[in-house]
Amino acid sequence: MNPGLVTVSYIGATILFILALGGLSHPETSRRGNLYGMVGMFMALVATIAGITANLGILIGGLVIGSSIGLLLARRVQMTQMPELVAILHSLVGLAAVLVGYANFMDATVHFTGVEHTIHAIETYLGILIGGITFSGSVIAFGKLSGKIGGNPMLLPARHWLNLGLLLGTFWACKMFVEQSGNGGGLVPLMIMTGIALLFGIHMVMAIGGADMPVVVSMLNSYSGWAAAATGFMLGNDLLIVTGALVGSSGAILSYIMCRAMNRKFIAVIAGGFGTTTGGGGAAQEGEQGEVIAIQASEVADLMRESKEIMIIPGYGMAVAQAQHIVCEITKTLRAKKINVRFGIHPVAGRMPGHMNVLLAEAKVPYDIVFEMDEINEDFPKIDVAIVIGANDIVNPSAQTDPDSPIAGMPVLECWKSTTTIVLKRSMATGYAGVQNPLFFKENTRMLFGDARESLDAVFKDL
Amino acid sequence: MKIGIPKEVHPGERRVATTPDVIPHLLKLGFEVAVQSGAGAEASFSDAAYTKSGATVVADAKALWESSDIIFKVRAPEYNPDLDTEEVDLLRAGQILISFIWPAQNPDLLKKLADKKVTAIAMDSVPRISRAQKLDALSSMANIAGYRAVIEAAQHFGRFFTGQITAAGKIPPAKVMVIGAGVAGLSAIGTAQSMGAIVRAFDTRPEVKEQVESMNAEFLELEFEEEGSGTGGYAKVMSKEFIEAEMALFAEQAKEVDIIITTALIPGKPAPELITPEMVASMKNGSVIVDLAAEQGGNCKLSEAGKVVKVHGVSIIGYTDLPSRLATQSSQLYGTNLRHLMTDMCKAKDGNAVVDFEDEVVRGATVVKNGEVTWPPPAPKLSVAPPKPKEEPAVEKVAAAAEKPSAKGPMMAFAIGGLALFGLGAVAPPSFMAHFTVFVLACFIGYMVIWNVAPALHTPLMSVTNAISSIIIIGALMQISSSDNLIMWIAGATVLLTSINIAGGFAVTRRMLEMFRR
Repeated sequence: MNPGLVTVSYIGATILFILALGGLSHPETSRRGNLYGMVGMFMALVATIAGITANLGILIGGLVIGSSIGLLLARRVQMTQMPELVAILHSLVGLAAVLVGYANFMDATVHFTGVEHTIHAIETYLGILIGGITFSGSVIAFGKLSGKIGGNPMLLPARHWLNLGLLLGTFWACKMFVEQSGNGGGLVPLMIMTGIALLFGIHMVMAIGGADMPVVVSMLNSYSGWAAAATGFMLGNDLLIVTGALVGSSGAILSYIMCRAMNRKFIAVIAGGFGTTTGGGGAAQEGEQGEVIAIQASEVADLMRESKEIMIIPGYGMAVAQAQHIVCEITKTLRAKKINVRFGIHPVAGRMPGHMNVLLAEAKVPYDIVFEMDEINEDFPKIDVAIVIGANDIVNPSAQTDPDSPIAGMPVLECWKSTTTIVLKRSMATGYAGVQNPLFFKENTRMLFGDARESLDAVFKDL
Repeated sequence: MKIGIPKEVHPGERRVATTPDVIPHLLKLGFEVAVQSGAGAEASFSDAAYTKSGATVVADAKALWESSDIIFKVRAPEYNPDLDTEEVDLLRAGQILISFIWPAQNPDLLKKLADKKVTAIAMDSVPRISRAQKLDALSSMANIAGYRAVIEAAQHFGRFFTGQITAAGKIPPAKVMVIGAGVAGLSAIGTAQSMGAIVRAFDTRPEVKEQVESMNAEFLELEFEEEGSGTGGYAKVMSKEFIEAEMALFAEQAKEVDIIITTALIPGKPAPELITPEMVASMKNGSVIVDLAAEQGGNCKLSEAGKVVKVHGVSIIGYTDLPSRLATQSSQLYGTNLRHLMTDMCKAKDGNAVVDFEDEVVRGATVVKNGEVTWPPPAPKLSVAPPKPKEEPAVEKVAAAAEKPSAKGPMMAFAIGGLALFGLGAVAPPSFMAHFTVFVLACFIGYMVIWNVAPALHTPLMSVTNAISSIIIIGALMQISSSDNLIMWIAGATVLLTSINIAGGFAVTRRMLEMFRR
């Protein structure tokens, strides 16, 4: 195909990708946006494949097998497993970046000299480095999210020094690589660096705990974009650069939103180990805080029936208990009784950005009664009953009142301002941050202990 | 065991210790229930209603006292004019008496009960902890007293509570001041508010401010730093300076308001004097004062226990039997309180009440156990409201910390970024700079576009960006035609991996977006 046509197709694909992301600004336009994305991808593929001269068999084989696996995965996956799926897909992008980088490095037909050579070598090096971190980090994230690896942060002694050492190692390897690759060598430093990148990815995600996962997943999302962009520089391909930059900034913004929602510094999250410095102070003042008041399912049903405004605050516990469907049934029943039921979603509820919205959408909860924290936080004084399903830190009043708390300053849903708060919880265990939650001891809080789905089933029966 | 409910003998007492509604619950716990004939008559519960709910009605009071294992009463035992004997003398060893006893005020009675070798549980001594709220008879009665106080005030007040604009002219709303926002005070605030009055409330404990304001009443505040919360949710005695400031506030309010309801009590002490005779004199003609503390000496020295007096044109109501004046309601609540106590004491549901001193609530309420005085109990461990030290400074601190980051940070970042770009531009070849331009512009487009994404769609955003970042497949496609076998296979593997991603990413995004329906 003539190069002009290829370039035009790439421009078309770029525009379509931007439209795809733009479409996500509203649920109504998002479906069309996704279609744009598919068309863009198709155009780019056709334009590129048209230029291929040999080995079409392997190409077609790879495409067909890969697509079938992808489609199967997409169809089979449970909505509660979305974070795992996204994580493992990220790892594939990372791995692909590594492989493309190596293949490019081994390709003897490309030659540069002088500054161009240095830049090209650094591009190759960066592509593989970021790809490697994305790959191993995503695999560990997948393991943590699917429960194959424990969710607790693994904190090695002197881990910051270890990270620093690894970073310096990559600089040294980069220098070696640039020098040696000029003379046709350089495989050894490249391999060393790949090893370091993989180790760094593993170590980084291992040190991050369960509730920081939203940050990790969006960060890896960002990395997979940067890896694609670096590969684009290496190949001199603008489509890759643009797409990589789009994805990279998307992930970066998501990470930023997640960090802001937890009032934490990005660096602090990545460095891992929640509350290791302030944890002592938080734990010391736990102690006896008062008594919790338990409640029965039938009483919850009575309370709901008699109220006018209900706010439901779902957390990761709802996803674990697969309670979203029964939540939807209860919502429908109550709305039929002219009770205004709404949902309040904290940005970091669940294990990835927007996790709760997807679960509620799966259960066919209409999206226009699902609100973001900032939209409804001021409404709580008007709420009769706030129902917290399997959430803890995101409704912890000590974030506002106790400056020594590890979660001080984190924006939280102010459910304690409603007339009554009902908390569904399996036990009195503390949340991820390991902080006791004074909400449970408030006079207008009632605890409904037990598995969220069984409890809600009982409530639904009584409605 | 058999529960006996005798008729109350105190003159004017209309309440009864159990109601037909409560009896089935007691039967379910395994108890037998016997009620003295006519016990509920004053509270509008007929003997027939008791029989119907499963209780035995006994005509003879003496036989009832004799045959019961547990006696439920409202008032503490006293002289029974019908039988011409002290009620205490009707008790026999081993019996359990449950009623109001006021052990602090009645040491003689306590001694007599001990001599009789009975067990006495005082409903007024139930510890004020969260778990015991359901059997807190003092709160139940205080709630009723607060309600009734407003009704009594309305009775003696010559005007509407609510303001109206009528064809005949404007009616100003009544102004009510409630002193002491405990259970009774809050109940009075709610009642007066619902009748349309303008309500103000004062309390020495700042933490009740929120409760008062939640009822749309105005919380009167002193410009004074002292907290009045004692243990167990009661108020404590305040310093002299505080009281002076408080009195000045009341004197000022007295000139303005139409109705004053005082509920200030400090446990074990005479009621504090809050409304002086001068304040009463300064009130408008026709104003009303309801003194709920009249029995303990009164918050107003002019009030007389059990009576209404008129001084300087102001009616001062000193009724001490307000709950009894709402006998049906208060019997119902008191009976339910007793029922909850029995549920706690009879965990086996076998009809045997156990006085278990391990149970903090039962321990606190029991004043005599088998002839041994066990009052006062050890101090309760838990306070109703966990102390909240320095809440407000904390909020400020957090806010201050949030404000700190100044313009310095971004400036530095811009400066470093700019320098780095200059450095790059100085050495990089033009072909690289062309790609770099595209890269930087794409980052900005990404930045603009992504901020518009609805937070609800963050998960689909991740899966779709994941799919399009697989555009890296183009790199593999460019390499797959290589004559080098190794490169060809590596590229083939990459195509396989990325196509999983492309197909999977788009398909799962589609699946998710389909679910977002209105």
